[in-house]
Amino acid sequence: MSQLAVETRDLCRRYGGRWALARVDLEVKTGERLVIMGANGSGKTTLLRMLSTATLPSRGTLRLFGLDPAREPEAVREKLALLSHLPSLYDDLSGTENLQILARLLGKSLDVTPWLDKVGLDARPEPVRSYSAGMRKRMAFARLLIQEPQLVLIDEPYGQLDPEGFSLVDRMIDELSERGTTVILASHLVERAAKLCDRGLLLHQGLPRWSGPATQAHQAWQTLHRSLA
Amino acid sequence: MKTFLALLHKDLLVGWRGRVRLVGLATYALTLLLLFSFAVGPDTMALRDHASAYLWLAIMSSSTLLLAQSFQQEVEAGAIEGLILLPVPPPALYYAKALANLLLLLFLGVVMLPVAMVLFDLALSGSLLMLLLIILLGSAGIVAPGTLYAAMTARLSSQQVVLPLLLFPLVVPPILAAVKATDLVLEGDAMGQLPAWIGLLAIFDAIYWSLSGLLFGKVLDE
Amino acid sequence: MKLTHWILALGATGLLALGAGHGYGLLATPAEASMGETGRILYLHVPTAWVAMLAFTVAFLAAIGSLWSGKATWDLSMESGIEVGMVFSVLICIQGPIWAYPTQNYWWTWDPRLTTTAIMVVAFTGVLVMRRLIHQHERRMAATAVATIVSWVNVPVVYFSVEWWDSVHQDLSQVSSVDRVMLIPLLVSLAGTSLLGTAFFLARYRVARARYLTEEVAPELPDLPEQLELEDSP
Repeated sequence: MSQLAVETRDLCRRYGGRWALARVDLEVKTGERLVIMGANGSGKTTLLRMLSTATLPSRGTLRLFGLDPAREPEAVREKLALLSHLPSLYDDLSGTENLQILARLLGKSLDVTPWLDKVGLDARPEPVRSYSAGMRKRMAFARLLIQEPQLVLIDEPYGQLDPEGFSLVDRMIDELSERGTTVILASHLVERAAKLCDRGLLLHQGLPRWSGPATQAHQAWQTLHRSLA
Repeated sequence: MKTFLALLHKDLLVGWRGRVRLVGLATYALTLLLLFSFAVGPDTMALRDHASAYLWLAIMSSSTLLLAQSFQQEVEAGAIEGLILLPVPPPALYYAKALANLLLLLFLGVVMLPVAMVLFDLALSGSLLMLLLIILLGSAGIVAPGTLYAAMTARLSSQQVVLPLLLFPLVVPPILAAVKATDLVLEGDAMGQLPAWIGLLAIFDAIYWSLSGLLFGKVLDE
Repeated sequence: MKLTHWILALGATGLLALGAGHGYGLLATPAEASMGETGRILYLHVPTAWVAMLAFTVAFLAAIGSLWSGKATWDLSMESGIEVGMVFSVLICIQGPIWAYPTQNYWWTWDPRLTTTAIMVVAFTGVLVMRRLIHQHERRMAATAVATIVSWVNVPVVYFSVEWWDSVHQDLSQVSSVDRVMLIPLLVSLAGTSLLGTAFFLARYRVARARYLTEEVAPELPDLPEQLELEDSP
């Protein structure tokens, strides 16, 4: 079994006549935390979608835990979980019911209250439709945690949250990390995200411009902007 | 198998929670029956002769709305991605959704039946059980390709137009067989043709249900 | 030989063969036993139907190919096959009524073969409409493939419809049941129409490929840019 959670070589993805992402060489060790930085349209989401196996690469190789998602999608998907900006929740059902659906599919216990507790929600009967944006985000996290994945991919973890929510996200990412989960975040809140992570990757217009320790991430971001100004 | 049951439970639960939509669908279907009745006029013979056609036209028309909606919830919530990314085999997804749709369409059919019998002044020559079986088999013939195509067109804004266009040619054969069979059960089957029509329905159902399940995975891929 | 040359060669040969077959069939053969002079539509109608079903079958095979390998060639073949099939199917639906009106006194009737053919035409129309509405290349190919496979089920149904149900159309003929004198122009017309159909397919494929090359083929991959150098932090 590979020590690398993620390994890509010359990873590329195009949509029609446009390369949304190109030339990405990436190695993420198990348990590591990576932040993918970039403005909108930089290819962050595309990269994340490919890592989550929602999309197949147009070119290049991708291995997750040593497996090829094109050949063994189910084996790969068992190990990972994606938190995208859409919450993937059924509006008509309550939070508990939404989680129970997952629990049933994953063969886990239907007592989902512990997972709700972890994200600071209570087991109320109202449908998710009535939840605030922050509560939806917490639900999305609960959905993530219940899968107990080995690799977590989060697109804009801080989106739509208030400062209290920010701390919650930080806490949960720390917790995941303590359990040995590999974490990959995509965020344009560079300073904050970088504090949580070990390494950073900077994308611009679909191309990688810098990678290195997270402590230098913010500086890299500023350097890029200076060079573009 | 457990995955399939879990998915079925989800589809039924979500469907049940949104049951107000079902009331709307039922009203639509019943309105159609009324419209047919008005359009034909007071000619009771004509109404009775073509009753099974009217019934099945109404079922077919309601089915399009029902099917178009079946993936709508998921598309809106982004839940489709949530499903794809779970280690769930696509055929399980398909069969769960298709079965849920079948139950809903069956429910509509069963609601329409007594209304149709009253509106078109029908008497039942054959057995009620047989009639229900025909409604089941005919609905199955609609739902199988319908669920597949609903998924295929779910992300299109023009789904309401494209889905019927794609679906109707496929469901004409089972509908034809269903109309004929319903006719025979209502009017009487002097020449014993019913088994042949039911057999034809069953064959179409078998082909559509297996083919669609196999192809579903390809439809979900990005 | 370039594709254009193939198209022209096949087209020309096809037209010649078609002309020969028709000429012979119209002028030199005896009238058909039961249909009389109007039976000569055989030389036109049968080859047209044949090529329509063949074209759809090509599209069906391309659909399977595209699900198997995902290469763009399959997508282009599907598109071309369906459109050629549609052209010939519509021709069928025009030829039929032209024969039917003077002989049977109706343009159209409730008949298994006519009905199943009409269903087939609507089915593939739906596929073409759907293609126009999906813009993303891979998803369009997958959706078209699935729809083509399902719609192709109509083709054997149309073919066998005369056997399975009572039809005003003739039953399926064996080669042996057709008189030798009529067989030759029929086969010549069949060959000619097939060649013509192939020429159409190749021409359509060429158009599809040109569009693909301008719109969808991968532009050049950008090179890895120079990675940022950071100033030493204090």
